[in-house]
Amino acid sequence: MQPRLLRSFSFRLALTYMALFGTSVLLLLWFIYWSTAAYMSRQADATIAAEITGLEERYDMDGLAGLINVINERLSRKPTGSSIYLLTTAINTPIAGNLNRWPAIRADKDGWLSFQLENAGLGKNKIHLARARSFTLSGDFHLLVGRDIYELEETQQRIIRTLILGFVITLVLGGIGGFVLNRRVAKRLESINTTSREIIDGDLSRRIPRQHSGDEFDTLAGNLNVMLDRIEELMDDVRRVSDNIAHDLRTPLARLRNRLELLRAEQEKANQDPTLAEQSISEADGLLKTFNALLRIAHIETRQRTEAFCEIDMGALLHDVVELYEPLAEEKDQSLSLQADTNVHRQGDRDLLFQAMANLLDNAIKYTPAQGQIRISLDSNGITVADSGPGIPESERLQVLQRFYRLEKSRTTPGSGLGLSLVAAVAGIHGMTLRLEDNQPGLRVHCAFPPPHSQTIGES
Amino acid sequence: MRILVIEDDIETAGYIAKGLKEHGHTVDQAIDGKDGLFMALENDYDILILDRMLPALDGLSILKTLRSSDRQTPVIILSALGEVDDRVQGLKAGGDDYLVKPFAFSELLARIEALLRRGEIKPDIRLLKVADLELDRLTHTVKRAGKTINLQPREYVILEFLLQHAGQIVTRTMLLESVWDYHFDPQTNIIDVHISRLRNKIDRDFEPALLQTVRGAGYCLHEPAPESG
Repeated sequence: MQPRLLRSFSFRLALTYMALFGTSVLLLLWFIYWSTAAYMSRQADATIAAEITGLEERYDMDGLAGLINVINERLSRKPTGSSIYLLTTAINTPIAGNLNRWPAIRADKDGWLSFQLENAGLGKNKIHLARARSFTLSGDFHLLVGRDIYELEETQQRIIRTLILGFVITLVLGGIGGFVLNRRVAKRLESINTTSREIIDGDLSRRIPRQHSGDEFDTLAGNLNVMLDRIEELMDDVRRVSDNIAHDLRTPLARLRNRLELLRAEQEKANQDPTLAEQSISEADGLLKTFNALLRIAHIETRQRTEAFCEIDMGALLHDVVELYEPLAEEKDQSLSLQADTNVHRQGDRDLLFQAMANLLDNAIKYTPAQGQIRISLDSNGITVADSGPGIPESERLQVLQRFYRLEKSRTTPGSGLGLSLVAAVAGIHGMTLRLEDNQPGLRVHCAFPPPHSQTIGES
Repeated sequence: MRILVIEDDIETAGYIAKGLKEHGHTVDQAIDGKDGLFMALENDYDILILDRMLPALDGLSILKTLRSSDRQTPVIILSALGEVDDRVQGLKAGGDDYLVKPFAFSELLARIEALLRRGEIKPDIRLLKVADLELDRLTHTVKRAGKTINLQPREYVILEFLLQHAGQIVTRTMLLESVWDYHFDPQTNIIDVHISRLRNKIDRDFEPALLQTVRGAGYCLHEPAPESG
């Protein structure tokens, strides 16, 4: 599992940006260092090298005395600067120069020496470093030309310190920038997510807040809002259509039924046989019942999820359903058992849940042969209704949840083909997942409760 | 009894009025909300039958206005909206009963009767009695002709409800709503099975049969009139 922060896209974006930014700044600072501090060192080395060449030429021209003169002359120049000279014999006895003795250090392979000046002669308590180059003249004289690089070192240190400080400041500023950027992006994404969740939870009237800045997020929010408007319009259309059906078809059907009832009353009064009227009434009742069930499913499906929900003791509800259906099972000599964990409470619509459970139980009793078993169980995961009836072939398990779908062998049994569709619709608005399984033999219907505190709703 | 029917669908209103007149009631009709409210406020009705969706002024507004002007006339709300929250809204607004369209006339009639006789039900009365059938609400015992009858808890509640409405028609829906307290639509006539069990216990070994099935309507618990009458 990745930590939550790392899963955040905007955080990863900020991190990537920080890494790229840091690398570029590092490159830039290295270039600055190379063109200042390193350049100064190179310049200093070049000066020393040039001086050695000059002194060597002088020696070649004017001999040792000439060389000593030049050295002394250069040393007496005011200000003395930071030049260091030392001319010694072959056994390192100083002849001229401002260094007491040859430094006890070996030159590197290019002939460069770095050493500490014992007596800087400047009266300061700081340690002075020198960088020098030694050279052997003809006649086995040793010449050392160097420079007190205290100032240079100092300047370089300052440059490096400045660059490091600059890098740290850049990183901190970059970090703050990234954090702010991350927060802003995350906040706007979060506002979109919050609204989406509220819409998923059933409040379709919610819209994503816009800032009217005209940026991409604003455009996204605007587009999503237009999409939601369309969806809401379509949902309203569905509702309106079903309301129209209810009004336009159900009302005349009800009138038909009323007239049949009047007809029966009149026939009874006139001592005529009312059987035909009675049969017609029950036909009309069947039609109306199917119609109501259909409208009810449509209404449940388009309904907003949480309205009229309250806390329900599922065990008590199942107990009531079982108690209601027990005599029916007893008539068929079936054993009906309920095994319910206590204290399972869920948010829901009491009447709809009762209806769904009653439909499941009704089906189980109807399709299970005499002496069969029907077991209902409840735990914190969900409700299971299992019977020992013929079951439903696997290929048809999804189809039976559709409206009016009936198994070939059950066409002759009374029923509308809407019972399980209603169960599916009820499960849907409760966020439950409905699964039909093989009970070997029989059918096992499992209604899984949504995981606690889940944000999204599983479609059934 | 004097009944006002406020219903915009003339056919339904006419059908209700005709049926009620045949059962000996006086019926007035209003076809929109404003007229309906005016008539309900001007006259003294025993019961109001109120459609929820009406032109000019909707049913719930009429009901609220009536209740706020201290009219306690019993009201039965008729509605094409059958979901629980619609029902709850209707009852909260001051309705006494709620009937979802389309309904059988017998259902409406049974509910009107039940409402009109509501005053006769004394919730604190200890002994409920029809003929030689007795129910003692303190000891929770049921006796017929002096013999104690053992009833399951739910059978006891059904019998208690029937005895409270003795002589009236009690529909299956009324039983489901009052005894089980669930508003739902059973696929099977499950109530009949419960009634037949109860009947086996209180009627099978005794004469005369007290629990009658009323065709196309429901059940009625009463002492049959003597053979000669």
